[in-house]
Amino acid sequence: MAGIDINTYKEVDGNGTDYLSLIGWLGVFAAAGVGAAFYMETQGHVVTGMSNQIVWGVPHVFAVFLIIAASGALNVASMSSVFGKNIYKPLGRLSAIMALSLLAGGLMVLVLDLGRPDRIDVAMLEQNFKSIFAWNIYLYSGFFVVVIVYLWMMMERRFNKYSKIAGTFAFIWRISLTTGTGSIFGFLMARPGYDAAIMAPLFIAMSFALGLAIKILFITSTYRVTERALGDKLLFQMRNLLGIFIAAALYFTVVQHLTNLYAAEHMGVERFILLDGGIYTMAFWLGQIVLGSLVPMVLLFHPAINRSCQSINAASMLVILGGLVQVYIIIVGGQAYPLEMFPGFEVSSTFFDGSVHSYTPSLPEIVLGLGGVATALLIMALAVKFLPILPLSLSDAAVGPANITTKEDE
Amino acid sequence: MTKTTPTALADEKIDTERRRLLAAGGAVAVATGIILYGAGAGARPKGQPASSAQRWGMLIDTNADPSDWDTAISACKREQGWGGGNNPATDPQWIRKVSIKNKSTGAQATFPVMCQHCANPPCVDVCPTGASIKRADGIVLVDKHICIGCRYCMMACPYSARSFVHEPVHNQKPHMPRGMGTVESCTMCVHRVDAGLLPACVNALNKKGSKAIIFGDLNNPDSEISRAVSAHVTRRIREDLGVEPGVHYKGI
Repeated sequence: MAGIDINTYKEVDGNGTDYLSLIGWLGVFAAAGVGAAFYMETQGHVVTGMSNQIVWGVPHVFAVFLIIAASGALNVASMSSVFGKNIYKPLGRLSAIMALSLLAGGLMVLVLDLGRPDRIDVAMLEQNFKSIFAWNIYLYSGFFVVVIVYLWMMMERRFNKYSKIAGTFAFIWRISLTTGTGSIFGFLMARPGYDAAIMAPLFIAMSFALGLAIKILFITSTYRVTERALGDKLLFQMRNLLGIFIAAALYFTVVQHLTNLYAAEHMGVERFILLDGGIYTMAFWLGQIVLGSLVPMVLLFHPAINRSCQSINAASMLVILGGLVQVYIIIVGGQAYPLEMFPGFEVSSTFFDGSVHSYTPSLPEIVLGLGGVATALLIMALAVKFLPILPLSLSDAAVGPANITTKEDE
Repeated sequence: MTKTTPTALADEKIDTERRRLLAAGGAVAVATGIILYGAGAGARPKGQPASSAQRWGMLIDTNADPSDWDTAISACKREQGWGGGNNPATDPQWIRKVSIKNKSTGAQATFPVMCQHCANPPCVDVCPTGASIKRADGIVLVDKHICIGCRYCMMACPYSARSFVHEPVHNQKPHMPRGMGTVESCTMCVHRVDAGLLPACVNALNKKGSKAIIFGDLNNPDSEISRAVSAHVTRRIREDLGVEPGVHYKGI
């Protein structure tokens, strides 16, 4: 019986100048990120655009984006291990590697932006278990362990039979992880832009879309440059799934804002995001809704264009852009709108109470964020060269339930 | 030591409110200052932990002379060694003057806002390392030695009471270590309170004869602050959040 087994996964050659220059550039960006962090730590955060009002900025946008994308990237593996969608089985290993890489990149940014990253050991040793941040330390570090074990079960033939249970555990873990990330904001009762249980499911829906969009781009580009076969069957499956995930994220966004609009106390922040918040309002409607959600759905669902790889790639890129914008609006927009210390009053002070806080990202912050992205991509690029992660073929003949037989199916 | 010095008076704008206060009870105010100084705190012996028998708090009279707030802020800066920067968006402010205006009636007030020393402090809940702490006597502090500078407490604080140190710090006070990359806020002058002294802001106000801020033990029914909060309706900022601040406001 023809089937995908250990031999059909193969490392990419990675000896050409293109590959080496890719690795080189990613290395440069990753190193620049570390350099930017070093600059921020030695000069102080005064060299960033962040302030005592906008305390989390672009580094956090990149970190949160990468962390939720990481959990979403694992999803394609779960689709086969947990939900029995065998067409995705060839992508199981890649999904695990992408999840690990993206989380590593996100955590790098998060840690390097700390005021005292040198005290990371303190975060490991001194913990306040009432803090969702402390839970996240366990959720994030545990995710590495759980996904590495899952990857091992998938890659080691003798243990293939355990991949379903490992995959199920990893799926539960990733749902918990994204819940933890969303709850960083959901648990903030003081800020009208957050303080909502819907943050957790919203982040989960976003993670599905972001993780899959990144995966589609990675696969289409990798298979093109390595001249491996990528059939429409798998591509169109992922296309349909991406469309559904975008719709799910949009649904939670709509519910979030409708619920807030119904509550008079939240009218101020809703008005700010939806109507008169300047850059944030524009980012919301143009970036998140139109370019990040509606246009990709048209590209993915309109029968006239949805069979082209370019459409699917363009939609994936727009989903990533829209996701970054959405995280920016949540993190920065949520802080730009002033705290409501005295509802019903005009408030002013030398500490900018009552006024919309301004924020202009500085170069070091952006370089740090991009450094995290480069680190994630660098790990992926090295992994596909040194580990048998990518199937030799994802052609229609190679994928699909009939053609995929592994030990655990027997 | 609690007498209002001529220099201090000369430095301060004496308005009607001040005249009324001094004329009506200058001597009484000074005397009360002495009493509060002695009975309000009471030095805690070294090695003895803070006790929940006390609940330190403040009562701020929002109808006080607005110049009082400058006095309080300057005293805080001097005592704790903050201030003097040139970057308004990033310079720490442990205590600040906030002005509010009722949108419908136009009524206005100006008063100081600092750490509200909540009984249920969100900053303490969210801090991943336990650097944000609440002492048994209600004083909320940051342990600068284990703060990793994540700023989650600043996201969680309903009062914007905390500042992140964005630049290298100089001229630190021996009792108040500060460090770039960590978060800081009003300590209710814990070093003074533990020594039986009044917080610097309250002390400075008492020195000029003002009772704009009363400090004391809210658990002690005989303390001046307890008597005051039971005699007048006081408000705490965003009481609806249920965080139970230790700072009360009269007149808003």
